[in-house]
Amino acid sequence: MIEVIAATLMLSGLIFFLCGSIGLLRLPDLYSRLHALTKADNLGLGLLLAGLALYQRDLLFALKLILIWLAVLAASSASAYLIAQYSRRQDTDR
Amino acid sequence: MPELLLVCLAGLMLSLLLGLIRVLRGPEAGDRMMAAQLIGTTGVGMLLLLSLLLGQPALADVALILALLAAVAAAAFSGQQRETGND
Amino acid sequence: MNATNMLFLDILLVIALLSLAWATLTATDARRSVILFIAFGLVLTLAWARLLAPDVALAEAAIGAGLSGALLLAAVQHHPRRALSSERQNTGKLANEKQNDSNPADLKSSVAIRWTLTLFCIALAFVLIWALLQALSSETSDTLAQSVSANLANSGVSNPVTAVLLNFRAYDTLLELAVLLTAVLGIFALSEQRTGYLPAGPVFNGLVSWLVPALILMAGYLLWVGAHAPGGAFQAGATLAAAGVILRLAGKRNIGLPVSKSYLNIILVIGSGLFLLVGLTMLALGRPFLDYPPAMAGYLILLIETAAMISIAATLILAFLGGRPRNREDRSC
Repeated sequence: MIEVIAATLMLSGLIFFLCGSIGLLRLPDLYSRLHALTKADNLGLGLLLAGLALYQRDLLFALKLILIWLAVLAASSASAYLIAQYSRRQDTDR
Repeated sequence: MPELLLVCLAGLMLSLLLGLIRVLRGPEAGDRMMAAQLIGTTGVGMLLLLSLLLGQPALADVALILALLAAVAAAAFSGQQRETGND
Repeated sequence: MNATNMLFLDILLVIALLSLAWATLTATDARRSVILFIAFGLVLTLAWARLLAPDVALAEAAIGAGLSGALLLAAVQHHPRRALSSERQNTGKLANEKQNDSNPADLKSSVAIRWTLTLFCIALAFVLIWALLQALSSETSDTLAQSVSANLANSGVSNPVTAVLLNFRAYDTLLELAVLLTAVLGIFALSEQRTGYLPAGPVFNGLVSWLVPALILMAGYLLWVGAHAPGGAFQAGATLAAAGVILRLAGKRNIGLPVSKSYLNIILVIGSGLFLLVGLTMLALGRPFLDYPPAMAGYLILLIETAAMISIAATLILAFLGGRPRNREDRSC
């Protein structure tokens, strides 16, 4: 049962990753691409890591996974903002 | 069932390659940088999968470092230097 | 996991690495080149992980993907002519580079240098392929790896990489730290530090407030874990330096380096200095240079690595500053 849940979580995480990448390729401009990246990418990694934690069933490893996810979550939201800010500045300068 | 991990690894590699196209195509610097961020996050996922597949627990530490330092690169990308010489 | 299952990954990683390397080298704009290089570092980290070399993957993640990217981006931003060409990136003109190099003699010499370097790299690639084929074909039973694992118990640590770096081949590492010290002299010779950064906005400050402590903690963890798992002074030093770099980027006055010049000099030499001191102490005790007694080896290695981490971090932060720090810094903010 737990294996099934783990597999479901990991595969749905994978779908979010692929949606994010396709959005990054297909969306028309920088800001909408940024939106695709940050949303899908964070949720994708979160689901994947949740699945991995269930798959491995090792407490220390799971704690490290939570730490990694929190770091990516906080870092990527800030860096998405910084990239958008940079591009906005370039656009207004131009 | 390591097959599941392998499937996820292949999917993440595909996602990385799609991000790679955006890194190579641009057109703006911001596009390339955000695609590099996607490669970083995908890399974190792949490192964790590899850590289980190859039996290398240390790769989880590599993933943590990658997660922390991706933000440093993004910050360096957007950092604004002062105009004048006396800071 | 057997090798054939991962063959797809190996092939795709090689394709990704080669296309990124090609794009990095042929980019006409310096800023674009640097961003491509950061992506190259990220993929290279995965390649090292796949090659079962977590130590190298850790170093590549810390130094290649994060820190040198930040260093190069700052250098591009600082270079006014290159920065100009990056603003014009979107016009898509390949002639940008040529417009900047207005002097035809400069251009001719840069083409000559480029061709010489290309030929040199091709020659180097052939030497490497030959060496790899030699190594694959000769099946020697007495490899260095075997003698390392045979003597690991006496080294004071259980991670073979740390054992080689800090014990069996400590001489090499001491000289590497001396190379870093030489780099510091080069940085000092350039000039004073580059212009600082504008104070960060609220989001950036939020990032700094958790990322800096996390990086410092991670540096300590890497230093400690280096004794029995991948980690060590170089990776820890790069992580610690990243904390200083991000403080600098956020326009903070205090970036972790001491204000006083003499204290700064002390932390720059403490790595190689302490290393040398331990070596000389061993000599005074009648042992060969840098040959630690097995009972104390673990403590000595941790001591040397801590000092080395501090010096490495200080050196890298200085490299990011791009020159000697000013004494009365940033009174305006």
